Amino acid sequence: MPHPRGWSLVPWVSIAVLALPVLAGLVGVVAPAFGYMPALGGNAVSLAHWQATLSWPGLPAAIRLSVVTGVAATALSLALTILIVAAWQGTRSFVWVTRALAPLLALPHAAAAFGLAFLIAPSGWLARAASPMLTGWDRPPDLLIVNDTWGMALIAGLVVKEVPFLLLMTLAALGQTDSLRTQLVARALGYGRVTGWLKTVLPRVYPQIRLPVYAVLAYSMSVVDVALILGPTRPPTLAVQILDWMTRPDLAMRFQAAAGAVLQLALVLGVLVLWRLAELAIARWGRNWAASGERGVMADRGLRPLAALGALIIGAVVALGLAGLVVWSFAGLWRFPDLLPQSWSLRNWTGQMGSLGPITRDTALIALGATAIAMALSVSVLEAEARGNKTHAIALVYLPLIAPQIAFVPGLASFALVLGLDGSRLAVMALHLVFVLPYVYLSLADPWRAWDARAGLSAQALGAGPWRVLWAVRLPMLTRPLLIAFAVGFATSVAQYLPTLLIGAGRVTTVTTEAVALASSANRRLIGVWAAVQMALPMLVFALAILLPTLIFRRRQGMRVT
Amino acid sequence: MKSHILAFSLALFSALHTPALAQNVDPKDWDAVLEQAHGQTVYWHAWGGDARINAFIASVGDNLQARHGVTLEHVRLADTADAVTRVITERSAGRDAGGAVDAIWINGANFASMKEQGLLFGPFADDLPNWALVDTDANPGILVDFTLPVEGYGSPWAMFQMVFEYDSTTLPEPPRSLDALRAWIAENPGRFTYPQPPDYLGTSFLKQALYGVLDDPAILLKPAGDADYDAVTAPLWAFLDEITPYLWRQGRAYPANEPALGQLLADGEIDIAFAFNPGRASAAIADGELQDSVRTYVFDEGTLANSSYLSIPYNAANKAGALVLANLILDPEIQARAQDPDVLGFQTVLGLDLLASEDRARFDALELGIATLAPDQMGTGLMEPHPTWMTRIADDWVARYGTGQ
Repeated sequence: MPHPRGWSLVPWVSIAVLALPVLAGLVGVVAPAFGYMPALGGNAVSLAHWQATLSWPGLPAAIRLSVVTGVAATALSLALTILIVAAWQGTRSFVWVTRALAPLLALPHAAAAFGLAFLIAPSGWLARAASPMLTGWDRPPDLLIVNDTWGMALIAGLVVKEVPFLLLMTLAALGQTDSLRTQLVARALGYGRVTGWLKTVLPRVYPQIRLPVYAVLAYSMSVVDVALILGPTRPPTLAVQILDWMTRPDLAMRFQAAAGAVLQLALVLGVLVLWRLAELAIARWGRNWAASGERGVMADRGLRPLAALGALIIGAVVALGLAGLVVWSFAGLWRFPDLLPQSWSLRNWTGQMGSLGPITRDTALIALGATAIAMALSVSVLEAEARGNKTHAIALVYLPLIAPQIAFVPGLASFALVLGLDGSRLAVMALHLVFVLPYVYLSLADPWRAWDARAGLSAQALGAGPWRVLWAVRLPMLTRPLLIAFAVGFATSVAQYLPTLLIGAGRVTTVTTEAVALASSANRRLIGVWAAVQMALPMLVFALAILLPTLIFRRRQGMRVT
Repeated sequence: MKSHILAFSLALFSALHTPALAQNVDPKDWDAVLEQAHGQTVYWHAWGGDARINAFIASVGDNLQARHGVTLEHVRLADTADAVTRVITERSAGRDAGGAVDAIWINGANFASMKEQGLLFGPFADDLPNWALVDTDANPGILVDFTLPVEGYGSPWAMFQMVFEYDSTTLPEPPRSLDALRAWIAENPGRFTYPQPPDYLGTSFLKQALYGVLDDPAILLKPAGDADYDAVTAPLWAFLDEITPYLWRQGRAYPANEPALGQLLADGEIDIAFAFNPGRASAAIADGELQDSVRTYVFDEGTLANSSYLSIPYNAANKAGALVLANLILDPEIQARAQDPDVLGFQTVLGLDLLASEDRARFDALELGIATLAPDQMGTGLMEPHPTWMTRIADDWVARYGTGQ
């Protein structure tokens, strides 16, 4: 082992990679919000930009939308996740459901949102399937479903993506809670499945999934791409309006955007505090409820099918939505209410070939670069921890997940512009690293720690040094989780919209910026093409991550999945 | 404290940032321009919301590479104002050379704002070799953009006039004036809408409506500040208040832009759409995106007409390449491709009698397009109002209808 001192610095490199951009971005937002940004002509501290932001007539509605859609999406996702686990954990259907929903994690939010929009729009597949036989519609009904003023489509779009995420996070937490035996005891005492789980397992699981839940809440309140596709338009959510201000020709609007971003940050923090207070209140109520001794056996009869139905709907919505995207990408003329196109065509694809190639290549290169660096950093942090250099500051990995992108990426974009760094693939890749690293680290940490250290001890007994143990024993044995972590990081990078848009400055485009840019055009054929590529790219990497170990280890009995 | 850090970092960054060597380009010395341009990459910031236009720009890029060794990168904008922002920001950051924007597809308020602030390179249009083929006698309108003289700071490359699109099988007799449209909307609830201002086409519809409700529209050619704005626009808001409850989705949502409006027509969600490109419907039919029973028409009182320009920012990094691009899109072969009804259906700015016979033949070979009106059916082209009207009306619309849920 070289310098023991060197190892204690390792975690701090990663923490710097995560925290510095967030902090710099916040500075780059807070200062102009109060009028200070010399490079853009703001030299005096003033509240004028706050007045402009606060006097925007759409502000109350935009704030209400952000809070309501964010809280509703999070609460629904969490409730459904808990219900699915409580009602079905330990059954064969549960294994099946988690396997079916897991791939959805790799699906970019934008692709899922497009799929949902194609499904539920008045001219979408559901209306077509029911028309004209059931509905009597021979043309699409005049109903406001997508972009509805209540944000219900937006909430639905968030829920279908966040339930799989929270489900996988809960699964990881369950492994550390001895949940199955606890539940067995509860059932032996006569408790119903759901009630027993809620009373005995949830109190131990929730603290472990608390940070992911906060990440979901902050994300749902401030998301831009999904809100652009499914959200209301008169006015839009606050985050979308901030982006609109950011990209206006009038420079004064950038200050106003900065003030809006600070407001968004305060909003997210405020709601997080309220959420925490609600947690405490529910916990207090839950203690009484648990002590009441109510067995809740009858509740299972309604709740178990309800949970199954919820999971089924999510799976079906995503599957049908994605199928719809692919069908539209090959559609020629397709009039309402025909269920399938009258004519099929490759023109939508061939017409895009010129840009599909280079943009897909750039997307993949940026994702590969960011993920490779994130892998190296994560492995070094975990190895440092294994060698006794653990720091609690590593909890900061959640910082980029909880700080809303719209609150600090605009600040970074201003710095990048002044530095002349914007518009380069490297700058985009560097910023992607900030968001990729947390997911890679979180996905790798558990399997890394769960690794049986006795294998390392045996190797050391045979004379291997710590480096040899790492390279020749630990990493090869962890091939599967390493590849999965890589796929998670890759998918995270591919899905980035706002960082790519603002730092790429129009000169770096990825399949995601391209697909979301098409959202406003409502050109379903082209959206179909780009969203299909956007969904296929991370899926492909996931498939490789699952298949490769099987190939590599086909001669190694001990590495088979049992 | 934070702002001190910021000020220090910004000062440091500015000191470190040395602008690229300013490049002297003289459009009058065309051979030198061609030589300088060779090997350059031109970033053309142009609206990227229409797949057909994007494909056309890509094909121009192929020609530019093959003929002049210049690479074209199409920076696809959601809104042309984004490119203007970019140039303004660069100037504020002190980047007076080596700017990211080499060429912009521009007109209207964006052109006015850049020209007034001295952000445009030029004059250059008259020096382009292909300028001799542009017919300014027959189309004097292309020298004036939204009432402002262009003065060579933009090279016109296509002419547009608003046309309305309708499905002739479901709507045999469309309403041919604003008043007729007003009545038709009330009788056919949910079957008409317009893109949500400040979208370009949506705001253009408001201006078209303003022409329809005014007794003396000549006032629109002067800046909005010179007139009693509230009195002039009052009939417009009255018109909108009247039709809004009968719009698609009762005016609770609007399509985002021209392609989204066209998609609603294709889906049968609305009966009447409109576009600035008179050939859009034909091109969409050729692509299988629109039923072939769609036709176009204009209002009896006339419809708005304007032109598109290519302008070069004062700090463009690749001015020579941008000039070569500006000249190439006036090339008869490219102009004929843009006018092809199966490609874009744009109206050329070239004078056919100024062309060599083989070039004229390219235009003669073009068909009109199944839904496109013949030139003599296009009626009166209305002058675009002064750009201040567009910005004020758009802002007012947002305040009145854009945030009310």
